[in-house]
Amino acid sequence: MERTNQGNAMANLTINGKTIDVDVEPDTPLLWAIRENIGLTGTKYGCGIAQCGACTVHIDGVAMRSCGVLVSEAAGKQITTIEGLAANGALHKVQQAWIANDVPQCGYCQSGMIMAVAALLKDKPKPTDQDIDEAITNICRCGTFQQVREAIHAAANA
Amino acid sequence: MNHMPKFSRRAFVIGTATVGGGLALGLDIPFGGPTVVRAADGSPEVNAWVVIRPDDTVVIRIARSEMGQGTLTGLAQLVAEELECDWSKVTTEFPTPGQSVARKRAWGDFSTGGSRGIRTSHEYVRKGGAAARMMLIQAAANDWKVPVSECTAANSVITHTPSGRTTSYGKVAEAAAKVEPPADIKLKDPKDWKIAGKGLKRLDTVDKTTGKMTYGIDIKLPGMLNAAIKDCPVFGGKLKSYDEAKILGMKGVKKVVRVNDSAVAVVADTWWHAKTALEALPIVWDEGSNAKVTSASIAKFLEEGLDNSQPSFVGNKNGDVKTAIAGAAKKVEAVYNYPYQNHATMEPMNATAVYTPDKCEVWCGTQNGEAAFAAALEVSGLPADKVDVHKQMLGGGFGRRGGTDYVRQAVSIAKQMPGTPIKLLWSREEDMQHGNYHPITQCKMTGAFDADNNLTALHMRISGQSILFALRPEALVNGMDPATFAGLNPSGDAAIGYSVPNLLIEHAMRNPHVPPGFWRGVNVNHNAIYLECFMDELALSAGQDPLAFRRKLMGKNPKNLAVLNAVAEKIGWDKPPPQGVYRGIAQHMGYGSYVAAAAEISVTDGNKIKVQRIVAGTDPGYAVNPAQIERQIAGSFVYGLTGLFYGGCTVKDGRIEQSNFDTYNSMRIAEMPKVESIVMPSGGFWGGVGEPTICVAAPAVLNAYFAATGKRIRSVPLRDQNITFA
Repeated sequence: MERTNQGNAMANLTINGKTIDVDVEPDTPLLWAIRENIGLTGTKYGCGIAQCGACTVHIDGVAMRSCGVLVSEAAGKQITTIEGLAANGALHKVQQAWIANDVPQCGYCQSGMIMAVAALLKDKPKPTDQDIDEAITNICRCGTFQQVREAIHAAANA
Repeated sequence: MNHMPKFSRRAFVIGTATVGGGLALGLDIPFGGPTVVRAADGSPEVNAWVVIRPDDTVVIRIARSEMGQGTLTGLAQLVAEELECDWSKVTTEFPTPGQSVARKRAWGDFSTGGSRGIRTSHEYVRKGGAAARMMLIQAAANDWKVPVSECTAANSVITHTPSGRTTSYGKVAEAAAKVEPPADIKLKDPKDWKIAGKGLKRLDTVDKTTGKMTYGIDIKLPGMLNAAIKDCPVFGGKLKSYDEAKILGMKGVKKVVRVNDSAVAVVADTWWHAKTALEALPIVWDEGSNAKVTSASIAKFLEEGLDNSQPSFVGNKNGDVKTAIAGAAKKVEAVYNYPYQNHATMEPMNATAVYTPDKCEVWCGTQNGEAAFAAALEVSGLPADKVDVHKQMLGGGFGRRGGTDYVRQAVSIAKQMPGTPIKLLWSREEDMQHGNYHPITQCKMTGAFDADNNLTALHMRISGQSILFALRPEALVNGMDPATFAGLNPSGDAAIGYSVPNLLIEHAMRNPHVPPGFWRGVNVNHNAIYLECFMDELALSAGQDPLAFRRKLMGKNPKNLAVLNAVAEKIGWDKPPPQGVYRGIAQHMGYGSYVAAAAEISVTDGNKIKVQRIVAGTDPGYAVNPAQIERQIAGSFVYGLTGLFYGGCTVKDGRIEQSNFDTYNSMRIAEMPKVESIVMPSGGFWGGVGEPTICVAAPAVLNAYFAATGKRIRSVPLRDQNITFA
């Protein structure tokens, strides 16, 4: 993190494998740097207080609510957004399970939901219903939870 | 305290303009002439609903809004069914309201509320598909110089049966676009459906799993600036002054603007900069007399309306309730209430607008493209041919995005910065505190029995807020809001399911200053709690089983009864529940559909509820996509039970106290019950599916709670009574 002589703040962020210099103040929530300064809009704003999980991204492989993480805290770490979840041209198994189980309704919370689930499956490849209840605390106002649960098990067994 | 809203005549004229003289929608345009109407990519329109590209891609136009409820897929299924096209080649697009108005409302009503998407447009969209099919076959027959009667179409392929020759829709679309549209269009019998009626996958899923789907909040335009806004926290209050000098030097800030007479917005390079500066902006409000209003004062105002001496509107009446109650062997009374609720769509309100003296364009999620268009017309002051609205995917609607307040604000800001695209985004706090809230009501229920425990009278006196009074006063009938009697009417698509010899259902209209709106399910939410919980109270008083008690009153309502019986059978009502598990049941009707639910719950420490199982039945007449209906049912239980357990917006100093999901919580997956859906379409009518089922969620659980604890809950939300999910 450094200030340029123009008075701009530059942050060095590594997102989806690419390292980018971003003109953003270090105390900006990572969510807004991702959406507005970097231009990746798959990560959603829902509450701004780390309640709803719509802004969930991976930071060094851990699911984090990016509205509650400052740019300064994310600098130098590996950030993965929904746009970077697919690898080598293939959708992540969670995305595939989501499509196979027709999970999303309005879809707005689903980027965050999928990122949270992908992190869960990395930690616990075969989660129980109780594991799911404890780890997945994202809000979905459409109420897709029944399909989310089915799709998590489907992804775990894929 | 009865608050008279401002009424926009222009919005009304456009919002309710009839299509005129029974025109067949999308078929009245003279496409048969020499001029082929083309889609943006140059492909020919066969008619307003169907564009076919040379590569056989079928583009189906969808006028209604997609907010998760699946109407986009369902409507496409209906068109495709009649079109006889290859479903794998179907894609969709939204025509704009400006295009529709320019073409004499070719696509009809854009309004997507009241569970109307399919049930009020199924006929004309199917005709659109059928007419296109007939024109495509005609074009092939003309090319082959054979009688059209010798040709058939299936899976986007046209076959001349005698010769076996075939061609594809893509090859004849150009010629079909010049064929005279048919006058006589026969639709399939739903029993012959192959695409409609099936639980096909949604058409909009993939982009929702990759971050690619564009919602209003995601719009990017060259040179675009971002706006954050604060409206007067007290509804009806005004913006007095603000000190912009304090923030103009802040990073990224471009301008501070007054919006209408009650709000101020900061425009900056990024929304984060705009919001940060807005929070630092000193603002003085003229809060007005509403600043004295509290939840307690509203409750008192409503409570007075429960008194029979106060004026009321009668929605349903037979026999003589007063006499029957006076002469009853036994009388049961109870008072219930239901609070304000915020929609809390996951995507907060937002709209992007660009204004020049020659053109005003808006990009937004809206449940009513034409209402948003009318709002843009009114605020921009431009004529209809210089205005348009580009609908985006909605990050939730639930009724909230039928309003146009956020569109008006965006255009107002853009008008003050001509040529610069402005994206206005509300913070969650702004969204929570400037909603159009589920109306607040109380209800006094009175039932009377004869000496043999037969129910002789039922009196339901609702006191509270009218949505139509605030939002559509033109729809009031001699001052009465007919919508307040949803599920309680003598007949129609929201009729009561019981026959009682002496019945009186009335509404004492009391309108506090908090703006009401259509919140998923709308008036059935509270009406079903009042009626269905009280039915349990009556059954208890009569010493009868709640299901048996209801059945006796439902002899004249076989469809309601069939759904109720279906859920009772599936949950196993005639056998005792497992140890420690308790059941409740409820039924209702709304939006043309018959719904019922049975819940199984367990209760720990008297106040921690685990909803173990929900069986939910619906008879929507026809089921266009049963898989999506099941998702609407399951989702309804999340929305409805969230409202029951965690909801409730309270008023202090004239403003809403809750500000975010920390104070207005929403159910999580751990609290999600297993919902077993029974979709049982009986045919012959078209009911909605997005909203009807929500209303039985709360009463089924409340009745089960009574079975578990002997405690009757008559007030929502449960969090106020220290009852929560286990």
